[in-house]
Amino acid sequence: MPLLPSRPAAVLTVAALAVPALLPILSAAAAWAVPAGDVWQHQLQHVLPRVAGNTLLLLALVALTTALLGTALAWLVAAHEFPGRRFFAWALLLPLAVPGYVLAVVFAGALDFAGPLQSWLRAAVSPAVQLPPVRSLGGAAIVLSLCLYPYVYLLARVAFETAGARTLEAAQTLGLDRGAAFRRALLPLARPAVAAGVGLVCMETLSDFGVVAALNVDTFTTAIYRAWYGMFSLSAALQMAGVLALFALAAAWIERRFRGARGFAGARPSTELPRQRLTGFGGLAASAAAGAVLAVAFVLPMAQLLAWSVEHAATDLDARYWAFAGRSVALAASGALVIVVAALALGYALRLEHRRWLRALGRFATVGYAIPGTVLAVGLFVPVAALGGWLQERFDAALGAAAPQVFLQGTLLTMFVAYLARFLAVGSGAVESGLERIHRNLDEAAALLGARGMARLRRLHLPLLRGSLLAAAVLAFVDLMKELPITLMTRPFGFETLAVRVFEMAAEGEWERAALPSVLIVAAGILPVVLLARRVTHVA
Amino acid sequence: MWLELRGAARRFGDRRALDDVSFALEQGEIGCLLGPSGCGKTTALRCIAGLETLDGGMILSRGQVLGGPGVHVAPHLRGIGFVFQDHALFPHLTARGNVEFGLRHLDRAERRARADEMLGLVGLADHAGAYPAQLSGGQQQRVAIARALAPRPATLLLDEPFSSLDVALRERLVGELRSLLKSLGATALVVTHDQLEAFALADRVGLMRDGRLEQWGTPYDLYHRPVSRFAAGFVGQASFLPACCSGTGELQTELGPLRQGHATSAACGGEVDVLLRPDDVVHDDRSPLRARVVERVFRGAEFLYTLELPSGRRVLSLVPSHHDHRIGESIGVRLATDHVVTFPPLRGVTTDVAP
Repeated sequence: MPLLPSRPAAVLTVAALAVPALLPILSAAAAWAVPAGDVWQHQLQHVLPRVAGNTLLLLALVALTTALLGTALAWLVAAHEFPGRRFFAWALLLPLAVPGYVLAVVFAGALDFAGPLQSWLRAAVSPAVQLPPVRSLGGAAIVLSLCLYPYVYLLARVAFETAGARTLEAAQTLGLDRGAAFRRALLPLARPAVAAGVGLVCMETLSDFGVVAALNVDTFTTAIYRAWYGMFSLSAALQMAGVLALFALAAAWIERRFRGARGFAGARPSTELPRQRLTGFGGLAASAAAGAVLAVAFVLPMAQLLAWSVEHAATDLDARYWAFAGRSVALAASGALVIVVAALALGYALRLEHRRWLRALGRFATVGYAIPGTVLAVGLFVPVAALGGWLQERFDAALGAAAPQVFLQGTLLTMFVAYLARFLAVGSGAVESGLERIHRNLDEAAALLGARGMARLRRLHLPLLRGSLLAAAVLAFVDLMKELPITLMTRPFGFETLAVRVFEMAAEGEWERAALPSVLIVAAGILPVVLLARRVTHVA
Repeated sequence: MWLELRGAARRFGDRRALDDVSFALEQGEIGCLLGPSGCGKTTALRCIAGLETLDGGMILSRGQVLGGPGVHVAPHLRGIGFVFQDHALFPHLTARGNVEFGLRHLDRAERRARADEMLGLVGLADHAGAYPAQLSGGQQQRVAIARALAPRPATLLLDEPFSSLDVALRERLVGELRSLLKSLGATALVVTHDQLEAFALADRVGLMRDGRLEQWGTPYDLYHRPVSRFAAGFVGQASFLPACCSGTGELQTELGPLRQGHATSAACGGEVDVLLRPDDVVHDDRSPLRARVVERVFRGAEFLYTLELPSGRRVLSLVPSHHDHRIGESIGVRLATDHVVTFPPLRGVTTDVAP
């Protein structure tokens, strides 16, 4: 095989798409090489130890809680029959639709000292009753666990359902009762799936900014934000981002190692797992347990959100509100378009130029899904500002005093590059699985009949990929609607979206007024969760 | 020559997938490349189509070089039609849409007319609006052939056209394919691993082994005048019997004397092995030569007996099935050989029945 690629355009495409994810990592690494002076000394001595401790403690709490909660719910739903099981099987996925910061806002507002629950407790029980504060590390751990347990639940349930029946039967023929079979055979079987789920949970927890910001916990993401906006120290923010990026890549590595367990796309069980019928008190207890999780994580918060929305609709449902919504939708739609086009370019380039090293480079293009938005935002600021400066010099040299002011870092450019870095994996996953289903013989048949290059893409691949591209666009759109830190940190001055509005209301403690913008975000997020739930709930 | 390969070579790493392969087809001939899997026959086809590049040698179509030193004509400019093993029909297009795919140079009405004409020729005029998933395997194959022939290629290439079809269908479809190609006057090259398919389809058959063309000739030549033990064994069943060459040109075997028909072994001096086809060994109760039945396979119209001679040598014999002999019985045999083919003896091999 010739060493030189036969299609340089394909190689260039892959290389160009790897840049947005690699640049921030390089910026953060470079920041470590340059001494940053007093601010950094302060960070190293006072901020970093506390921030790292908080982050790791939060990570451990959330990982442990989601692992236990997710696995237990999965076992309950997959291996038992109880009233409402079919409903809970998919409904327990619904918390995926709620961004963490929305749930944090509801919890903070509802469980506040002056909030409805505590007021009622003081009136009904005793004036001395006081709940532990929600705005704490423990509170953040609870909120994040309620948002993220579905990852573990979903993967573990599919593992139990697809491979569980045979294993359970084999274990029972070897003399184990159902409980022992679960502990000794099924749980080890589902361990890779649980590990992959916890890996995803860790990635999400590390990149979370909205929950910890709303609940006032100092972690890496809030420290990066504060270093930049509070102390105006880009280098301190970058160095913090570098440390966080290391943690995030480690979590991504864990998730990728166990990803083989994630066979839920179309995986069908050979035999259905025999479900144990829970009757009487047992059945009610099972329903109550599943119902309690669903109520706390989804139903009650949504009810609270709607109640607040109705309360404030008269004053807040105005032209400004629709402007936030319009901006959110416009941003998410155009971002999704960019992501789908990039994902298609990446997938097609890798298909045309079939080489191992190019595939490895392509993997860099999608590594951004593991990097927290805060890291991407500060990491891209430096190169984009440098590009702006370089362009300014060129313009000045060419046009003199008539040269226009170039100021790229406050434009949507940084935002879109960061979106692309973070969510390209979302689009490319869908596009690549679609491309894989198109046999290469079809490409050759089309080439022999005269359709090559763009003509082949238009006449063969695009018609066959329509469904995959739509799925990629929907997933990217919803992720962008929910996205907070990138939008917040790279937006032009005064540019507000729904998510930014929620953050600002939360920052001012105006929990109830955050409800109205939250409702639209959740509404958009529910669609793909329902689709996902339907796809994996074929058994239930 | 309509299509010609001259010393064509293709390497994948260290492996020579195609090694100095030369053959030619006249206009309107159907050629067939036959061989076990991995012998390079599909690589040959892909090189002719331009889906692979040559590492050496040349490929010519109607005197024009398609591939050779420094030349690689793009696949779609070669005037080659290709029918893939799995048909590779475009699932999002109807039968008509598939056939129209390669006709972009025509305007809409012409395209439509040509596609309908082609579908009519392959007997699918009524299925023009059907999608591939709605067609049977045989129908899909005919759409694939119509699609490949629609742009009027100089040569049609077919890669294992019957392997994805029902065994029951194959025999009928092989005959149909031959009459279709002949009625269209198409020049075609087919790849298969099944010698019966090759014999039924082709005017010329090339036997391939390890990237090399072992033999190129008519099906009759391949069966009756194989150039090597491999060719003899791959094309039909074969057993080998040691013989001694006498000065008069007669071969002395355990089953009697044989006259050498042609010059396969001009250098006759001493020991040789004679190729015996199962139909060369005839059951004859009056024959003084006896052989013991050691294995038998019932094939409907006949039995295929494996017979052991007094020397311990084994030969195959095809006997009409009303001669029902049990294993262990001794039966009379004699030779009835039209084409005597000999090979130098193999050393150190005692049982000599090729499959």
